[in-house]
Amino acid sequence: MTLDKNQIKAVIAKRVAQELHDGDLVNLGIGLPTMVANFIPEGVDVTFQSENGLVGLGPAPEEGKEEKDLTNAGGQPVTLLPGGAYFDSATSFGIIRGGHVDYTVLGALQVDQLGNLANWKIPGKMVPGMGGAMDLTVGARHVIISMVHTQKGAPKILKECTLPLTAKNQVNLIVTEMAVIEVTDKGLVLKELGPDVTVEDVKAATEADLIIPENIGSFGL
Amino acid sequence: MFNLEKIITIDEAVDKIKDGMTIMVGGFLGCGSPENIIDKLVEKNVKDLTLICNDTGFPELGVGKMVVNKQFKKMMVSHIGTNRETGRQMNEGEAEVDLIPQGTLAEQIRCGGCGLGGFFTPTGVGTEVEDDKEKKVIDGVTYIYEAPLKADVAIIKGVKVDKKGNVYYNQTARNFNPLMAMAANLVIVEAEEIVEPGELDPNCIGTPHIFVNYIVGGEK
Repeated sequence: MTLDKNQIKAVIAKRVAQELHDGDLVNLGIGLPTMVANFIPEGVDVTFQSENGLVGLGPAPEEGKEEKDLTNAGGQPVTLLPGGAYFDSATSFGIIRGGHVDYTVLGALQVDQLGNLANWKIPGKMVPGMGGAMDLTVGARHVIISMVHTQKGAPKILKECTLPLTAKNQVNLIVTEMAVIEVTDKGLVLKELGPDVTVEDVKAATEADLIIPENIGSFGL
Repeated sequence: MFNLEKIITIDEAVDKIKDGMTIMVGGFLGCGSPENIIDKLVEKNVKDLTLICNDTGFPELGVGKMVVNKQFKKMMVSHIGTNRETGRQMNEGEAEVDLIPQGTLAEQIRCGGCGLGGFFTPTGVGTEVEDDKEKKVIDGVTYIYEAPLKADVAIIKGVKVDKKGNVYYNQTARNFNPLMAMAANLVIVEAEEIVEPGELDPNCIGTPHIFVNYIVGGEK
């Protein structure tokens, strides 16, 4: 089975969503991580924070019902659920740095076997800036990286990041369309395989050393 | 001491902002930015400013319009990815860009306004953000020192402002605005609507009037 681009993103977002529990406060990064909100299992009550200043993020507004003063951290129009709240940027990052966010889900340019993350700068090429990513990776209790496994065939899960770091030793879990990989003190542990993916496939697409346990789970569409 | 007659025209407001000043601009990707004051600053072409803002907006929205007009010699922001012109000016050496983690930037401004000498944060440890900064280990955790930030002038945006200068913010348009209102020598608020004192619920005021020097607006 070959997955198209949208299916790949959906597989990743759906698997990440299964990590979240009732009562968790979650911050989703821009892009693929934002899709995680569409796959929260039924009956699981998760609260989303957006670092521009709200908790209780709801679904995108219907067309024509956008409010100019209500956006997410990507500047897109959003809604607030009943019981949601607004606050200023210092409070927002107090929430983040203070350890009140249970999970942050972010994309990556590179991630390595020490749990280091690089996602804000390609020197000389692209320098968008770190935005809130450095605070989120340091402050959130769990950091999940959700990304396509390789970049044009080149591994993104490395022995050591070569790009400027966003944070050191902070990543807990990596979810791609090929695998779920846990960052542990001993190294990266392959926990689950994606649809029609073998251990050898993952090894071939990963530069980092992988610990392969006896029992490996699986996930799918 | 604060002035009592606060409502001025937008031209009078912008005349108070001089070449070479350090300016804080409220807003997050344009949401909650004082667009009318920004447009007037573009028109008057005030130059060599140092910007303190969350981001550099979009080329046609928020403070991004001033970036396109090349009014900043330096920009202290957390994100420039939505405005290519900022990256171009940085790469070609036309302007200096200091990228700061968003939470650090917010706290630097908060400290500037609250009379604090800075703070120690775990954000940026082990990255290039820690270069040349003092480090401290507290209870086994490594922190880096970040200094407070102040400005000559802050331009902010409120949805409703009473004639005394109390500001009511709407939704996520609050963001950096109340922090900046405390951290600049001169604070100008752009109001969507100016109301009489007493009309705003005192429980819901985001920035008390004592921080606001001038009010511009009433035009939505």
